[in-house]
Amino acid sequence: MSEARALQSSLLTVGAWVVAILASIPLFSVLYMLVFKGGARLAPALFLELPPAGFETGGGFGNAIVGTLVMLLIAAAVCIPIGVLSAIYLAELNPDGKVAKWSRFLAKVLTGFPSILAGVFIYAALVLAMGTYSAIAGGIALAVGMLATVVLTAEEAMKTVPRKMKDAALGMGCTRTQMIIKVVLPTGLPGILTGVILGIARAAGESAPLLFTALFSNYWLSSLREPTASLSILIFNFSSMPFENQIELAWAASLVLVMMVLVFNLLSRLIGRPKI
Amino acid sequence: MTATQTIGSAASPKGAAAPSPAADVAIDCRVEKIFYGNFLAVRDSHVPVQKGKITGFIGPSGCGKSTVLRSLNRMNDMITGFKLEGHVHFMGQDLYASYVDPVVVRRYIGMVFQQPNPFSMSIYDNVAFGLRLNRFKGNLDDKVEHALRRAALWDEVKDKLKASGLSLSGGQQQRLCIARAVATEPTVLLMDEPCSALDPIATRRVEQLMLELKDDYTIALVTHNMQQATRVADITAFFGVDISQGGRTGYLVEMGETKQIFEEPREQLTKQYIRGEFS
Repeated sequence: MSEARALQSSLLTVGAWVVAILASIPLFSVLYMLVFKGGARLAPALFLELPPAGFETGGGFGNAIVGTLVMLLIAAAVCIPIGVLSAIYLAELNPDGKVAKWSRFLAKVLTGFPSILAGVFIYAALVLAMGTYSAIAGGIALAVGMLATVVLTAEEAMKTVPRKMKDAALGMGCTRTQMIIKVVLPTGLPGILTGVILGIARAAGESAPLLFTALFSNYWLSSLREPTASLSILIFNFSSMPFENQIELAWAASLVLVMMVLVFNLLSRLIGRPKI
Repeated sequence: MTATQTIGSAASPKGAAAPSPAADVAIDCRVEKIFYGNFLAVRDSHVPVQKGKITGFIGPSGCGKSTVLRSLNRMNDMITGFKLEGHVHFMGQDLYASYVDPVVVRRYIGMVFQQPNPFSMSIYDNVAFGLRLNRFKGNLDDKVEHALRRAALWDEVKDKLKASGLSLSGGQQQRLCIARAVATEPTVLLMDEPCSALDPIATRRVEQLMLELKDDYTIALVTHNMQQATRVADITAFFGVDISQGGRTGYLVEMGETKQIFEEPREQLTKQYIRGEFS
């Protein structure tokens, strides 16, 4: 009896291991390809030089890295205030109101929203109005994609601040605003930052929203109001070119992008760790 | 803060201060009715909290002792549907008068809760919280040390004031909360079952502390533990539950010197409760 049970147990354990390994094959094969193919071209020149034209050799994608970082900054600057303030409303000010229920529902819908539509929306709303593709439009399109994640995680983070801590603040003679600023936000901060950084990490890899908003550029960024290069669009462009040099660069850019996302994820883990 | 400051605006109507309570009463609480929505939670309870003494609130679950305690510093205002009929007089003001700001009331009447609830910040910042909130100008370090000494916690934490308040043990956390509450020198301390989450040794510590604090503060204490009331309370208020109207409505059965309540209660109900016939 117990032998049968032990056998069953070890069979299941082995089965679970096999499935887990199968599931991680795609991830590791992608990482392997990236390190193998992208790593070969990895050199300081990549970060300092501009993308090469058709038959040129060498070159890099420094402008794309700058463009991606600048647009992420714009996205964060737009998204964080709106997202955190909405989360304060949802978590603290009026959590059970009609407005809150609808916004929460819409935010959840927005998380599954095709990112290309965020690009089309900003194209219609901003690119046409400004008359040009720009880093500003790109950043805002990324912000639209991040917003829902930031709102929902920040709300969750503030909700985990225990009721008793809020009572303590009110009992000390805090107004509601003081309670939120002095107790709820600092206590929920690690969770809020985790949400923000994960949102940024996701936005870093987005290409669809940028196609319609930032487009691409072969030159260094000189103004926020002009077409701007980004890593994801560079990968998209170069990977379909018939030139060996460009394809190698696309691999290297993919590796750099994955590294960036990895750094963001690690940061969010580091910051989100509960401090006792 | 001094006792000469008023809680309402300077131009507060004098007429609102109805029957002036005896001079030795810190808070004169005259509850006619307390509602949560349509539910009548407490009725007809006149609870004068005496200056410089510990007033214990005892009674079975649902008797409204915590509700009455929390209505003394308007902590119940946060609960939707809460409504109090009656008066709570403090420093010549009715705390429920329309011109009174509940936030200011809570700066005069501090509170220690059932669960230790330090903020997730350093021990020092926890104690300094109320002082900073009141824009205290002066030597913050001295005030923090004084409050921690007052709460009998200084010796245990003086070398780690930068450590998180949450890193302390439960009993230490509760004493930290007491230090936080006394740092701003409120007039009255409300304690809502402050020992219910603590082990017996930590409980003794906190009880000892209450006895030390009553020289400077008026204390109102809700306790579920009758022995605790006999150990620390000078005056005991016994609340009962009235189920005759269909609901469960709490009311004050009797109130008096702790010795009298426990040794020769006037009411049959008190006698039964103290004998442990119900809880």
